[in-house]
Amino acid sequence: MGLNRREFLGLAAVGSAALLTGQSLAKDTHAEPIDCAETYGVLVDTVACIGCRKCEAACNRAHKLADLPPSAFEDKTVFDRHRRPDAAAYTVVNRFEDPKDPARKFTIKVQCMHCLHPACASACIVGALTKNAQGPVEYDAWKCIGCRYCMVACPFQVPAYEYANALDPQVRKCTFCSERILTEGKLPACVEICPNEALTYGRRDELLAAAYSRIKAFPDRYVNHVYGEHEVGGTSWLYLAPVEFTNTELPVLTADVIPTTTETIQHGVFKSFVPPLALYGLLGLIMHSLRDGKEEEAEVKS
Amino acid sequence: MNHHEVAIPMRTKFFTTGTKVLFGIMLLGLASYAYRLIAGIGAATNLNDQYPWGIWIAIDVASGVALAAGGFTTAALADIFHKEEYHAITRPALLTAMLGYTFVVIGLLADLGRYYNVWHPMLPSMWQGNSVLFEVGMCVMVYLSVLYIEFLPVVVERFRGRVRLPGPLASLNRFFESWLELAHKYLGRFISLFIIAGVVLSCLHQSSLGTLMVIAPTKLHPLWYTPISPLLFLLSAISVGFPTVIFESILASRSFKLQPELRILSSIARYTPILLGVYLGLKLSDITLREAWPFVWAFSTESFFWLAEILLGVFAPIVILASATRRHSVAWLFTAASLTIGGVALNRINVFLIGYTPLYDNGGYFPSVFEILVTAGLISALVLVYRWIVTVFPIISVPIESIPAHERAANGIRADMSGAK
Repeated sequence: MGLNRREFLGLAAVGSAALLTGQSLAKDTHAEPIDCAETYGVLVDTVACIGCRKCEAACNRAHKLADLPPSAFEDKTVFDRHRRPDAAAYTVVNRFEDPKDPARKFTIKVQCMHCLHPACASACIVGALTKNAQGPVEYDAWKCIGCRYCMVACPFQVPAYEYANALDPQVRKCTFCSERILTEGKLPACVEICPNEALTYGRRDELLAAAYSRIKAFPDRYVNHVYGEHEVGGTSWLYLAPVEFTNTELPVLTADVIPTTTETIQHGVFKSFVPPLALYGLLGLIMHSLRDGKEEEAEVKS
Repeated sequence: MNHHEVAIPMRTKFFTTGTKVLFGIMLLGLASYAYRLIAGIGAATNLNDQYPWGIWIAIDVASGVALAAGGFTTAALADIFHKEEYHAITRPALLTAMLGYTFVVIGLLADLGRYYNVWHPMLPSMWQGNSVLFEVGMCVMVYLSVLYIEFLPVVVERFRGRVRLPGPLASLNRFFESWLELAHKYLGRFISLFIIAGVVLSCLHQSSLGTLMVIAPTKLHPLWYTPISPLLFLLSAISVGFPTVIFESILASRSFKLQPELRILSSIARYTPILLGVYLGLKLSDITLREAWPFVWAFSTESFFWLAEILLGVFAPIVILASATRRHSVAWLFTAASLTIGGVALNRINVFLIGYTPLYDNGGYFPSVFEILVTAGLISALVLVYRWIVTVFPIISVPIESIPAHERAANGIRADMSGAK
């Protein structure tokens, strides 16, 4: 190969430029801290919840989900087992009992928690999932490639997939009724229909204050823990419960923001694109100097 | 440089009992693939909301990428560190990598719900720098192109001045000739840039594959959940590079009735116990630092799979290849290479499947018959395409003396020619 040092370095520069295509990897785009005054959420009071499942029915209607008769949502035998949200139901209500007093039952509505620092959005290869500063974690099916990494990443195991759809499957989860809230000025369908004010929509900081005032007013009714205040760095949906949350299906999670580790590794490897370019340069130098050595050897021999 | 060997197209009957069986499996795989496209992922697989990833990701993609690492490790050794004596194995390794990555992409497309959007990560408007998967996707895509470019010199060597298209296509002969001439003229000057780029890109995405599951700290079993997972993935990929070359070279020499390249194979096998040793040391220190030893002795499914991965896939090949005598035995080399390959593949399966525990397990996951057939079909297709390509292109090196005179003339080989450049 007839290539002198200058040519080689020139070409190396061209090659390095080609590597820069993935520039955005190098950018430090850690999620901005969410301003609690700006972001909205829902407080779920499982003590006030009467397990009527009207939220499930309203959600089903608002999002035109599974074609079910209204009576399907009056069936209380569904409480015999714990259900999970799926592609045909963005929210489900499950029943639990106080371990100290099994007669004391309570019901929990589950759906997407709309994390302040969503792991699904950090994982998404094309940015199809994004956190709206107002609260909702939104999904853009048009961008989605269907890799389902969001489902792997979600610490609450919420996103569901339309596996039955062969051509146009989507990731399905609670949308926080973002189109109703943000463009129509309405409440989320579940909050609107709740007959016992177990669901309260509002600014997240005000919801937290309301939650703690309820705990303070009725310490015998509530456990002193607002689930979602600190879990995974905070969620837009917050929960009050009569017993420790370990007795519910909500997972035990620390305050660590889930995607911090991967984002730190990712941005460390690509910091200003220096490490890959340095490796490229180093390998180029080795290749070049060893080749010179070999050529000299050959010359000496001949 | 070895002056007695040269790469030539193999002359062999394509259909043997073995290839017929592979062909049958490939057809079944093709039918299953078609069924997945028509009926959807739900009908064809046992995936569900709790287990969104199955063997198509764990085996076809994650293990596939790891086992294609022979391409960049051999390129680094032969072309960057100029160990010219290894040139006889660079082409088979390059072909393995090129086909390996091609089939990784074909396998991935089966798993993507919206496979027709697979090009989306290329659009700057959809770039997502926080996503580990974005980096893996970009690197794999660019690296696949680099591998095809690295393969071009082989095409030039085979067809330059010899393009003879049949029938009406003959009018295109000159068109292709001019392109081959152009490639011949300039490739030599640029190829080293692509070779280095291939090594850098490989280091990046081999490690990032290990970062993927770090986003699921509450779901991945403590035996495999570690922030140094990217380093472990990179090291194991580098370690498995030469064993895949050894494995494939011994199989090829068996299949084409050639003498195994024992001198080269036992020579590259020297590196394997060192690389695996570093990997093992890191892996065990990690378990110690994270105080995860109780999980090793838990006698659970996970502990069983972890022990199998470490004892059979890492420890055993170190012991076998530590001895120079055994490194010079084809049987031992093949055993150790197979164990290493199995160990790294098992590690990927452990990280993506066995160690993955969803929060609300609803009966677990076991691959459907279609999933198994697609995976088996892809592996069979890879072997068949490999076999076909080595009969068309000069990939496998043979001693010049062993080539009959008329074939030497047909391939433009002179007695003083050296091996692949």
